[in-house]
Amino acid sequence: MSQDWPLWEVFIRTKGGLSHRHVGSVHAPDGEMALRHARDTYTRRLEGVSLWIARSSDIVASDPDQAGALFEPAADKIYRHPTFYDIPDVVRHI
Amino acid sequence: MYTTELGKTDGSLAQISQEDPALVEAFEARVAADEFIEPKDWMPEAYRRTLVRQISQHAHSEIVGMLPEGNWLTRAPSLRRKAVLLAKIQDEAGHGLYLYCAAETLGVSRAEMIDALHTGRAKYSTIFNYPTLTWADIGAIGWLVDGAAIMNQVPLQRTSYGPYARAMVRVCKEESFHQRQGYEIMMAMCAGTPDQKAMAQDALDRWWWPSLMMFGPPDDNSPNSAQSMRWRIKRDSNDELRQKFVDITKPQADHLGLEIPDKDLKWNEARGHYDFGAIDWEEFYAVVRGEGPVAKERMKARREAWEQGAWVRDAADAHEAKQRARASA
Repeated sequence: MSQDWPLWEVFIRTKGGLSHRHVGSVHAPDGEMALRHARDTYTRRLEGVSLWIARSSDIVASDPDQAGALFEPAADKIYRHPTFYDIPDVVRHI
Repeated sequence: MYTTELGKTDGSLAQISQEDPALVEAFEARVAADEFIEPKDWMPEAYRRTLVRQISQHAHSEIVGMLPEGNWLTRAPSLRRKAVLLAKIQDEAGHGLYLYCAAETLGVSRAEMIDALHTGRAKYSTIFNYPTLTWADIGAIGWLVDGAAIMNQVPLQRTSYGPYARAMVRVCKEESFHQRQGYEIMMAMCAGTPDQKAMAQDALDRWWWPSLMMFGPPDDNSPNSAQSMRWRIKRDSNDELRQKFVDITKPQADHLGLEIPDKDLKWNEARGHYDFGAIDWEEFYAVVRGEGPVAKERMKARREAWEQGAWVRDAADAHEAKQRARASA
């Protein structure tokens, strides 16, 4: 059984002005080949104007089990949202 | 293309009993609440194994599915038909790759999956072990086989495992043209000479029953279905989808002026569905066991493609090694 090539994550910018978005991954021996494979695999129908390729092993991800501790503290800080503040209707443009 | 879950039930119950009940309960609750499960989330081992089997079988089906159609690529009747067929086959390759990637997120390597296919340990959809004898078969495959695949895959866009669901969204978006180009071939043949129409009828005669079998065994004989439905891997039962397919396809056959090869097929006013004849499940299980008319030929073609492509993979490796050596020099 042969060895797999390294895995690369593929990101596409669908059109100018939008950010690159993850769409999937490809195996390839190097970045340039990964780019070619990504082009063939993920952009057969004008899906984008730009591709980013990143080695999957270079991505550092948060632990889903820690999601509570990581993100919960934001939940009780509702004063970060504009609707938290009561402003009379007569006051305009604010 | 699509494959039903063809593997045997594994010893999942014993496995589950050793897992932390609190984790299992939390998992079941998330799935029941229609949350998506992502690769790094905790999941029961049986869920993981079921998905690896189903997604890899699905991927293999896409890859093997290129072979019956590739058979007609050099003999397509016009440049337009050839370009369309080539684009469809390229899509199937892409679909296989999306699915292999989804399976890999569950901890199985691409090499393991390819090896399982090439050594005959892995299953793929029974439909691809039937031969494509005439050009009309390419029409019938697009219309019926891709039609059945779409019916199966649309609900899978909401399957509980995130990477599988996202792969299905891409696949479904691309699949619709596959069915339409097939039906268009059938329309052209049915509007042609009597011989051409007879060829279309012959293709329908041969592909109808294998297409119905694509939905998998009947619900009362599908041991894995209940568990898969509970885990929201599957969303509809095999028989529900099969009925839906028959209901949708019959009027399409009428429009072509073709006759579906089933004398028991008739509208049932009370049920609001078409009744249809009994499926020869012995044939289905024989094909699952690898006794399909062209099963050996398909695997031989797959292995040859892999072996004959070895020099390309070796060259890519050599190029990478050379570039790396130059960069570090």
